[in-house]
Amino acid sequence: MTGAAARLRVNPIACDGRGLCAEILPELITLDDWGFPVIRDGDVPDGVYPEAREAVRLCPKLALWLER
Amino acid sequence: MRAASSHHQLADSPGPRLSQLPRLLAADPWAGPASLAEHIGRYGLPPSPGLDQPRRRALIDEVAQSGLAGRGGAGFPAARKLAAVAARHRALVVANGTEGEPASAKDKVLLAVSPHLVVDGAVLAAEIVGADEVTVVVHHAVREIVDAAADERRRAAFDRVRIQVATGAGGFVAGEASAVVHWIERGVATPALTPPRLSERGLRGRPTLVQNVEALAHLALVARFGAAWFRKAGTPEEPGSMLVTILGAVPDPGVHEVAIGTPIDEVLGRAGGPAAPLPALLLGGYSGTWVSAAAAALPYSSASLATLGASVGAGLIAALPGDACGLAETARVVRYLADESAGQCGPCLFGLSAVAGEIQRLADGRLSDLSTVRRWLGQVDGRGACHHPDGVVRLVRSALSVFGDELERHSQGWCCATGTASVLPVPVRRHR
Amino acid sequence: MSAIGAGSQGLWFVSRASGLAVLASFSAVMVLGVAQRLGSAPRRWPRFAVAELHRTLALFSVAFLALHVVTAILDPYVSIGWAATVLPFASGYRTLAVGLGTLAVDFGGAVLLTSLARVRLGWRAWRAVHWLAYVAWPVAFVHALTAGNDLRIWWVALAVWGSAVAVATAAVARLLEAIRPGTRSGRPTEGPAATSGQVMREATPGHARS
Repeated sequence: MTGAAARLRVNPIACDGRGLCAEILPELITLDDWGFPVIRDGDVPDGVYPEAREAVRLCPKLALWLER
Repeated sequence: MRAASSHHQLADSPGPRLSQLPRLLAADPWAGPASLAEHIGRYGLPPSPGLDQPRRRALIDEVAQSGLAGRGGAGFPAARKLAAVAARHRALVVANGTEGEPASAKDKVLLAVSPHLVVDGAVLAAEIVGADEVTVVVHHAVREIVDAAADERRRAAFDRVRIQVATGAGGFVAGEASAVVHWIERGVATPALTPPRLSERGLRGRPTLVQNVEALAHLALVARFGAAWFRKAGTPEEPGSMLVTILGAVPDPGVHEVAIGTPIDEVLGRAGGPAAPLPALLLGGYSGTWVSAAAAALPYSSASLATLGASVGAGLIAALPGDACGLAETARVVRYLADESAGQCGPCLFGLSAVAGEIQRLADGRLSDLSTVRRWLGQVDGRGACHHPDGVVRLVRSALSVFGDELERHSQGWCCATGTASVLPVPVRRHR
Repeated sequence: MSAIGAGSQGLWFVSRASGLAVLASFSAVMVLGVAQRLGSAPRRWPRFAVAELHRTLALFSVAFLALHVVTAILDPYVSIGWAATVLPFASGYRTLAVGLGTLAVDFGGAVLLTSLARVRLGWRAWRAVHWLAYVAWPVAFVHALTAGNDLRIWWVALAVWGSAVAVATAAVARLLEAIRPGTRSGRPTEGPAATSGQVMREATPGHARS
């Protein structure tokens, strides 16, 4: 499953800082001092693309998406 | 009633002496709002592009040539916005006079003095983009005046489009374009995430042009007198005039119209000049930038101010008096801005409040370590759905830079300030 | 139930057993759902694990439920009829009790279908329907009390009432969170940022989040 140049984006209004995404994808997502996700710039590397899709699927607020 | 003139007949129209200022504030501000008749007498009839595409296209080109940019703080080229919305169907126009910036008064003054110029611009924009309705959102202080102007036009059947007037929401972020749209639609002035752009999906799901009222007033003049006339004032990259709100350590604070590119000390001179040597200026707005007083030698344009990391923004120039404490002023403003967060995005809601706390401690001399606040500024910048947190970051970073000496003194328990009056006005906390 | 007929005790037995299994797993799903929302799970459990478990157990519940319903309808000694799977009070046998079961299936089915399509529906629509889980469970519970006769068996009673206590506790916790947001009802996931995040948020004056 290749990434085909996609960026992981978060909708800051929908995001509640639940933190599941950072657990699934620590390579790309760290939490700021208030528990909200900081996503690394740039495309999602192929190696973690499945985890990125998982994070998108599991976000309780549907706040993540992959942008082509 | 309306002359079906194309813009080629513009030179015949009566109007203010070309290239001279004031343009927008040509009316006597003490005489009250100009009536429709006075307005036409002063500026001439607005041209009507008509509903056909070539004329609308020609007008967009004229605006593009004029180089008119937005006057709400972002400075986006007006012609590009017009073209983006004109390319779509069933568009709507919103004239944004909310002016959520508490220290800025230019939009209120413009609407109070020349409401018809603004409405002309809004109607013109509507005809260009093919909208059948404009909503003019105004500060409550000038609502009656704008209502009266709209009524006057309706009675005279002056316009082909429907004009609605609405009172803008109070609150700092209420003037943000998507917040205005939300306010009109749902009565809640919270910004939205873009994409989708308002020019694609805005008010009631339709392509919406949201333009600041001052920019629309300039548009009304460009349509009458042409791009070349517009460019006679200002700089080649930033042509035209703009309204500025000058406050602080000046004898005559208020709203003035200046040509972009005028040296800043000359601009301050319009308000009577600084009362005493100034340590610093706040430029743009509360989400703007502090600059040291040496900047007063620079031309007042975003291009030249960019060298200091500043821009003209929403036209605010606040002169900090020598006896005031820049850090204390900043702390008050940042606390206000933090409280004005729409509360939708975590980093803004929590981060700005945390930063406000740190800045207050810095101002009180209870803190000297900047590493935490710098980390938080980095974590908050660009992490909201709108640019509110970015503005606060910009303000704080500029304060830490410009007031570096003050910081030193504060950390040792001293403060230069001898005055006790606050300079930058901050509204009393409202209950949401 | 005491032998109404000798022959297909097998089907009836499977229906009863799977019914109990549905109640137990559905109750676990409810508790996990609340736990995921409140962040109260054993410290070492990442939140995504709780989320996945909630989801997986829900699908298991559907499997047990299918078994429970199909065996009950196929059983020749009670006349329930296929319509009663979705149409409440369409059963000849124990109309009210079975009807409640049908209602629980209807509500639960709505929750399930919207959850499967949540990305397409958007969060708001999904959440509005998801609240129905708090309706489906009590309806299913009353169905369990009235449609089955196995409560006389001590361990069945224990499982049934134990599930009730667990779900009631979870529901109260969720209610408290809804009326007083930010109540520290459990520990967030391990990790300095996440933990301090909770602390930082509660230190902010006047914050309120959905």
